[in-house]
Amino acid sequence: MPAISRDEVAHLAGLARIEMSPDELDRMAGQLDVILGAVAQVREVAGDDVPATSHPMPLVNVTRPDVPRPGLSAEQALAGAPAQQEQRFRVPRILEED
Amino acid sequence: MTSLSQFAEVLDYDEALAKFDPVLGLEVHVELNTNTKMFCGCPTEFGAEPNTQVCPVCLGLPGALPVLNQIGLESAIRIGLALNCSIAQWCRFARKNYFYPDMPKNFQTSQYDEPIAFEGYLDVELEDGETFRVQIERAHMEEDTGKSLHIGGATGRIQGAEYSLVDYNRAGIPLIEIVTKPITGAGERAPEVAKAYVSALRELLRALGVSDVKMEQGSMRCDVNASLRPRAEDQDSVPLGTRTETKNVNSLRSVERAVKYEISRHAAVLTGGGKILQETRHWHEDTGITTSGREKSDAEDYRYFPEPDLVPIAPDAAWVEELRGTLPEPPARRRRRLQGEWNFSDKEMRDLYNSGAVELVEATVAAGASPLAARKWWTGELSRLANLEEKQLSEMPVTPAQIAQLQALVESGKLTDTLARQALEGVLAGEGDPEQVVEKRGLVLVSDDGALGEAVDRAIAANPGVADKIRAGKVQAAGALIGSVMKEMRGKADAARVRELVLERLPVDAPDA
Repeated sequence: MPAISRDEVAHLAGLARIEMSPDELDRMAGQLDVILGAVAQVREVAGDDVPATSHPMPLVNVTRPDVPRPGLSAEQALAGAPAQQEQRFRVPRILEED
Repeated sequence: MTSLSQFAEVLDYDEALAKFDPVLGLEVHVELNTNTKMFCGCPTEFGAEPNTQVCPVCLGLPGALPVLNQIGLESAIRIGLALNCSIAQWCRFARKNYFYPDMPKNFQTSQYDEPIAFEGYLDVELEDGETFRVQIERAHMEEDTGKSLHIGGATGRIQGAEYSLVDYNRAGIPLIEIVTKPITGAGERAPEVAKAYVSALRELLRALGVSDVKMEQGSMRCDVNASLRPRAEDQDSVPLGTRTETKNVNSLRSVERAVKYEISRHAAVLTGGGKILQETRHWHEDTGITTSGREKSDAEDYRYFPEPDLVPIAPDAAWVEELRGTLPEPPARRRRRLQGEWNFSDKEMRDLYNSGAVELVEATVAAGASPLAARKWWTGELSRLANLEEKQLSEMPVTPAQIAQLQALVESGKLTDTLARQALEGVLAGEGDPEQVVEKRGLVLVSDDGALGEAVDRAIAANPGVADKIRAGKVQAAGALIGSVMKEMRGKADAARVRELVLERLPVDAPDA
């Protein structure tokens, strides 16, 4: 059984707002399956004595003081925006969600 | 609009409650009042020019690395402790993935299955003084989103908009989300319990000093989950019905109304043989109804995973205890203490609490007014004016210090109650402190007996018939003369003194033998 089905890829594409043709879905499902298969090998290597981790460094409680620091100017912030208006990022019409 | 009428059908509330048992769940988002954002050093001031409080971290630019705000963490733990929660010994942040331009990273940094605080409760006081315990599921840390302006179509609405303009100043502002367990057993008082819970939570957060908790400005926002299940002898054994989530119910009054509306609407659907869809609903403040948003299916698929850019949090137990030591006196206990100090009855204190005036009265007393006078102003004239303007008392543009000053003017005899109300009107109109308003408007009481006496003489001369009646013993007729003098003085006289002057001048003739 593949690690990821074509339907699951289609579902993910929908969540990511990426339009994919049937051909693309077939190809992507095959490629992702190979990638997930490779990752699954890592899981086999790790025994029960190796806890799952989300961070490579054994650090906890890294915080910063609540002191403002200079950020970007509006011009700098908007410099990479494909479109802007009234000092705001202009984005395409948003489908109603929240 | 057909989509509105379709959902406008509701069952009478009492009838709904006779058939069904309501179950609620409340999710409250609170913006913390930290100086900087949750994961970067950008300032958090409200109302700044668009996109001037942003940096690579909150804009989600490649390579930027978030670091947790120490005060944000402290506030989260203090909130958890104040809600009688356990504090996690170890927990992480998680990415909540979704594609929407209000978060430029395409995910919101939140907490998922490892909240910083969990399993607590909040005792809330209902209007009749009864206490209801609301169980808290969790309180977790996350960040606020940017603000979108929708252009084209109906003003400000997403529907029909051509494009949107986004300001990321708010993106990354620290949020604490506080989630209740299903609230059962409230029965017909469910709407009141919901309102009382949000009110008690707001009071607690204010006392903690962690947020300015302004619902009208969005620093405290409430989502209301509601479901119905059939009434039964053994109510707890009946499984919960399908719930709806009404988003952004942003005033205490609306929380109560939205719960009541959803109960009535669910009941109508269920008694009509229909099914409740698990969906998000929009609250309409103006019409007091909810309308269908989106169905919660795909959109719930947020693909949470642990945030790899932030390290886990493992608060030291001693530090947590230290923070526990910084908790304020619980608001309910504080109210009982103040009630004793002020010598108010249970009902007086409850009215004060229900009108949101406890802090205002406290501050007015601190500024020198007597508790009795302070209560009279806030629950009397100011409540009346606030109701007329459909505002909260705390939104009225007058400070406790100004009320104390106004009261001092009354007590020193410089203003009558009538003049004091006029002075208050001036203060509310932005004309300055009461003393300034008195001067500008010339609201000084005419206490000069000479001037008053002349006005009384003129009134008697102009109303010989009335004068005769008073002389004949009909003392109550004096009202007409007093009214005439007060009118001439434009209210700037002490009516009691005028009455004395009238009666001095018109002694009752000895009745004919």
